[in-house]
Amino acid sequence: MKDDSSSITCACACVVIGVSAGGSGALPIVLSALPADYAVPVIVVRHLYPDAGPYGHDVLARACALRLSEAEEKAPVTAGIHVAPANYHLLVERDRTFALSIDERVRWARPSIDVLFESAADVYGSDLVGVILTGANDDGARGLRRIKEAGGTTIVQDPATAEFPDMPRAAMEACKVGHVLPLEGIGALLGKLRLDTCGGGET
Amino acid sequence: MAISDSDIDRLLETVNDTHGYDFTGYSRASLKRRILRFLRRNGFDSVDEALPALVGDRHIFQEFVFDLTVVVTEMFRDPWVYRAIRREVIPRLKTFPFVKIWHAGCATGEEVYAMAILLKEEGLADRARIYATDLNDSALARAREGIYPVERVREYTLNYQRGGGTTSFSDYYHAKYGSAIMAPELRKNVVFANHNLVTDTAFGEMNLVICRNVLIYFNRSLQDRVLQLFSECLCVGGLLCLGTKETIRFSGVSREFDVLARKERIYRKRVAT
Repeated sequence: MKDDSSSITCACACVVIGVSAGGSGALPIVLSALPADYAVPVIVVRHLYPDAGPYGHDVLARACALRLSEAEEKAPVTAGIHVAPANYHLLVERDRTFALSIDERVRWARPSIDVLFESAADVYGSDLVGVILTGANDDGARGLRRIKEAGGTTIVQDPATAEFPDMPRAAMEACKVGHVLPLEGIGALLGKLRLDTCGGGET
Repeated sequence: MAISDSDIDRLLETVNDTHGYDFTGYSRASLKRRILRFLRRNGFDSVDEALPALVGDRHIFQEFVFDLTVVVTEMFRDPWVYRAIRREVIPRLKTFPFVKIWHAGCATGEEVYAMAILLKEEGLADRARIYATDLNDSALARAREGIYPVERVREYTLNYQRGGGTTSFSDYYHAKYGSAIMAPELRKNVVFANHNLVTDTAFGEMNLVICRNVLIYFNRSLQDRVLQLFSECLCVGGLLCLGTKETIRFSGVSREFDVLARKERIYRKRVAT
């Protein structure tokens, strides 16, 4: 039997996930695979209506064993699932705290997946894992390419299994993606990641 | 194009030395995106290529300030906050004989007109003055004109209605050549002025300070400085409205305010103890 532990037990410092149309079905499948004591911070940008309000994430939170909350500006990026607030871009600062902005929409989106991914790639470099799930636009493609360029790990939902395949396809066209998997496979892969406490990233 | 942290440091130092604009307290991640946008828009391939122009060309420098600081907001952004302002802020403002409002970081003015509309509808327009400030002169000029793309009117109208508007938003603008021109009477009691929260001091004794989605662009120590400024200029019982993702909770002035509306981030200045 093939030993694939080299690719799936890699250490990382942070996971960023981007999802758009189809997210309410896809996100619970991926995130529910993460146990309550999962140590790697998970940051999610999900396109929502601007006035979704502070309660938009309750349904998702109930599906997760891991604590899920809205990312707050200046709060440290710690273990747990952090979701971008509606109508704000979410970024990661050098000191590994969250920042928000109301800068113009990027590829028609705010929060934008590109904005999160690009800022996180600057901070975490090769210790970052980027994931693109279902969606009907091309937000996230540039961000994922940036993660790839910085030496990070790239994961995309198999377009054949995506409710809306455009976003995964755009990401795959933008860079050579490391892992193309169905949602269950992505959940399982993320579940095996461990927190890298000494830097370095995957080999 | 890629720029490094040291590129940004060098750029900010140069701008501060030659023009006296200090951006070092701005949050870096957003600032970096904005610097990249400025470089791209002006055809520069690197920070080093832009530096001589930034030092020697006044026009390019104006572009730089505009790109780094402009925030395009919307009228009645977060309508539920405006409902809370009508509910919590207006009745308290009515207890003052004259109302002075400082709208800090007003950008292109959308929220200034929103406030002017609200004051008019609540019968406060004739005894209130809004001091609308920003460090960005081009943005201030646009705010003074009060001309906005007509495409946005539908969104503003919806926001206005959701925000508790009592008449019709169309009473406050007329559409012409693809623009919505705000009624001049709305700015009758508005004073637009240049003010830099990083370097300038507070002015006057205010009854209300509005500063929404400006602090998110600042680092913690600059946030603290600005909140201190607001606390100093507010009268006892004066009110402070921040953006819905901004808080005084971890700042040095947290004990100088009571929370009036938690989610809407509306605070009231306490009696000094």
